[in-house]
Amino acid sequence: MPAVKINGEVRTFDVPDDMPLLWVLRDVLGMTGTKFGCGIAQCGACTVHVDGNPVRSCLLPVSLIGEKSITTIEGIGATPTGAKIQKAWLDLEVIQCGYCQSGQIMSAAALLAVTPHPDDADIDAAMAGNICRCGTYVRIREAIKLAASEPRT
Amino acid sequence: MSLIENSLIGCHSIENLTPTVSRRGLLKASLAAGFTLAFRLPLRASDEMDQSANNEGKFAPNAFIRIDHTGQTTLVMPQVEMGQGVYTALPQILAEELDADFGKVALVHAPPSDKIYGNPLFGIQATGNSNSVRAFWKPLRIAGAAARTMLVQAAAAQWQVDPTSCSAADGVVRHPASGRTLAYGDLADAAGQLSVPPAPVLKDPKDFVLIGKPLKRLDTPGKTNGSVVYGIDTMLPGMKFATLAASPVFGGKVKHVDDSAAKTVPGVRQVVVLDDLVAVVGDHMWAAKTGLDALAITWDEGANADVSSQQIWADLRAASKQDGAIAKSVGDVAKGLLQGEKIDGEFELPFLAHAPMEPMNCTVRLTPGACEIWTGTQVMTRVQETAAKAAGVPLQKVTVHNHLLGGGFGRRLEADMVDSAVRIAKHVDAPIKVVWTREEDIRHDVYRPVYRDVISAALSNGKITAWKYRVTGSSIMARWFPAGFQKGVDIDAVDSAVDIPYDIANLQVEYVRTEPPGVPTGFWRGVGPNNNVFAIECFMDDLARKAGADPIAFRRGMLGKTPRLLAALDLVAEKSGWGKPLPARAGRGVSVQPSFASFIATVVEAQVDDHGEVTLRKVTSVVDTGIAVNPDIVVAQLQGGLIFGLTAALYGEITIDKGRVRQSNFNDYRMLRIDEVPPIEVHVVKSGEEPGGIGETGVTAGPPALRNAIYAATGVRLNRLPIDRGALAVGRQV
Repeated sequence: MPAVKINGEVRTFDVPDDMPLLWVLRDVLGMTGTKFGCGIAQCGACTVHVDGNPVRSCLLPVSLIGEKSITTIEGIGATPTGAKIQKAWLDLEVIQCGYCQSGQIMSAAALLAVTPHPDDADIDAAMAGNICRCGTYVRIREAIKLAASEPRT
Repeated sequence: MSLIENSLIGCHSIENLTPTVSRRGLLKASLAAGFTLAFRLPLRASDEMDQSANNEGKFAPNAFIRIDHTGQTTLVMPQVEMGQGVYTALPQILAEELDADFGKVALVHAPPSDKIYGNPLFGIQATGNSNSVRAFWKPLRIAGAAARTMLVQAAAAQWQVDPTSCSAADGVVRHPASGRTLAYGDLADAAGQLSVPPAPVLKDPKDFVLIGKPLKRLDTPGKTNGSVVYGIDTMLPGMKFATLAASPVFGGKVKHVDDSAAKTVPGVRQVVVLDDLVAVVGDHMWAAKTGLDALAITWDEGANADVSSQQIWADLRAASKQDGAIAKSVGDVAKGLLQGEKIDGEFELPFLAHAPMEPMNCTVRLTPGACEIWTGTQVMTRVQETAAKAAGVPLQKVTVHNHLLGGGFGRRLEADMVDSAVRIAKHVDAPIKVVWTREEDIRHDVYRPVYRDVISAALSNGKITAWKYRVTGSSIMARWFPAGFQKGVDIDAVDSAVDIPYDIANLQVEYVRTEPPGVPTGFWRGVGPNNNVFAIECFMDDLARKAGADPIAFRRGMLGKTPRLLAALDLVAEKSGWGKPLPARAGRGVSVQPSFASFIATVVEAQVDDHGEVTLRKVTSVVDTGIAVNPDIVVAQLQGGLIFGLTAALYGEITIDKGRVRQSNFNDYRMLRIDEVPPIEVHVVKSGEEPGGIGETGVTAGPPALRNAIYAATGVRLNRLPIDRGALAVGRQV
């Protein structure tokens, strides 16, 4: 039975080896904050962190995770960059329908963790995999810069 | 963390109101909502059954306000939140007149009831056409003011003072002369004994403390941490998961299914074969989807097996040559067309899918004689009706739990997903969540129709003397809201064409209905104005060019009867740097629109490279929407709406081949991404006029301004969307 460390907690489940993490999170563990958008890694709604790196969980077979740590939107607020991103998202009212925003926040938090002061090109590169149908991109860019300007915690 | 967040998160964001209402409650609701009576649908037996939660012990003077003994103020939302901000704007309006403590209000979704929660402009409980604020502006102000009046009266009676010597603010009634105060919670019982004033005094707008302020959205905190629950996140004990395949050809039927391989997939529990679809039920979506992929289905493709985009366009073009039903006629257009240089134009728009980020889904629990639905919808009562019919139970036995929507854009003005899910559920011995794959979502949408607009105008001395405009396309109203299709005219299809903002003495607007075979059509964010603003504003640039005039100067000369639009145009000219030098093959284009009762002028600046690839450089928009209830949300809707419209202009097209939609997912139905989005500057004009609509306005504004920018940059006059990069490549210019 696979065991995976998710948000600091070891979770076990009995699922097919090729089952993508997305569906384990949502349908088996009931962690519905991670979203299904396309199923083919085109939209980024399902983004989680695998050892801090942003990964599309819709194409990540659960059996390949091994010892690596998973962080989801439910756990990202416990990280300093995650908390800064969440705050900036609310300070600038980035969000509209919000369905893509779990993925946006996960991608942005991963960016800031590696690149504390991203420029526009860094933001483009890190965030172009996340589609927002409401078109919140202008504010996403501003919010990442706002979060980057907050003092390190 | 403030109490708002606590109350919202505490009830898992936003709760549903569950049924039960007293006759007294209903009566009060009707009184407070008397303004809507003219639009009401006939009373149905079920109406008495519906709604309005357990209000025992609460002050519930009307359908929208509940105050309990602790002072907890709960506002019932008659319109749905799909990102457009109504779960902040409507509470601002209610709380303003109620003098509630905005920091402590909680929200609940209204239950289904056209009678109590119908949108006054539609007569049914629908959220669309950018009219939530417009439709509920007065009703909610009256509801809030009536409740406040009763609370003040109750306090005054207790103190034995004149109510006019008392004031209210932040959920507290004060008697300044004596310094006494009473909180709303303490007045709930006494206020509940009073009669509802039919015409309470509304605030003077100069006294507004909440309306007009960029208050924080009430729906967003739960959207940052995964705690918000959309319809697709529904989890029920013992639930199974299903996904489905409908006939790839519209209207086709299942002929044969070989499910032997599917049934060996781990986690697959059941294959449900219906007349028009096949669903696989499993322990999770992965099993269901893997099982579905393992099915071998043959379809009876039916009458639409040969339908193609090519044929649809040929039919549309032929139909557009007919005379249409007259939607508007002013002066003498035939004579007017002879009084100047006659110019013709044709514009065409493609089918579009909605592709909200939350794919279609619906969760169903059937019990003997009853049905429970969890979904996110723009049409609560239609969902209830659809479920009742599909389940074969009385309307009052259907409970609908609405949710925040992961995008609507018009797709969730339909209830087809509920019909499919209930029909599947009837074969499954467990609660079931049905989730569409993105591919099924795109291929079984209800599409924005193809349109063709044919325009003739006459120019004389730099002015338009005559304008003949013919819209040809599907009538969505005829299916969705038949009252909106009368004497051959679809009021949505000609919206923004019959109310063209320009001064033109001789004008005629016609409509020709033609339905694409097999392809279902529906409302798409921006609705009729998407088509008409595009055609009108593109043609205005063509005419300006013909007249040898600057596009803004040309429009200015004909906007005398629409001063708010003229003012917006002047400001956008200034803010966008109109007329300032640009690099080679870069240009600015303008569009103006009076659509949805907001007056908006937009300039798009774009660059076209030698291969015809288009880059957006900057967008500037000026909006006069009257009183901006929440100006920050107005800005956000413009920013997002412009991107939604520009996405369609740059990429959006659904094509049909052999009766099937060719596109399937975001790889071939592309969206603008962050690296393609330019700075977007939105200026909100201060105004004391009644609020206009805002959610769809950016969508209609972007495409014509982009097309005109491309015209300015390259000299190429595109007349259809999405933009044809081939036509823009150097050397291909005509």
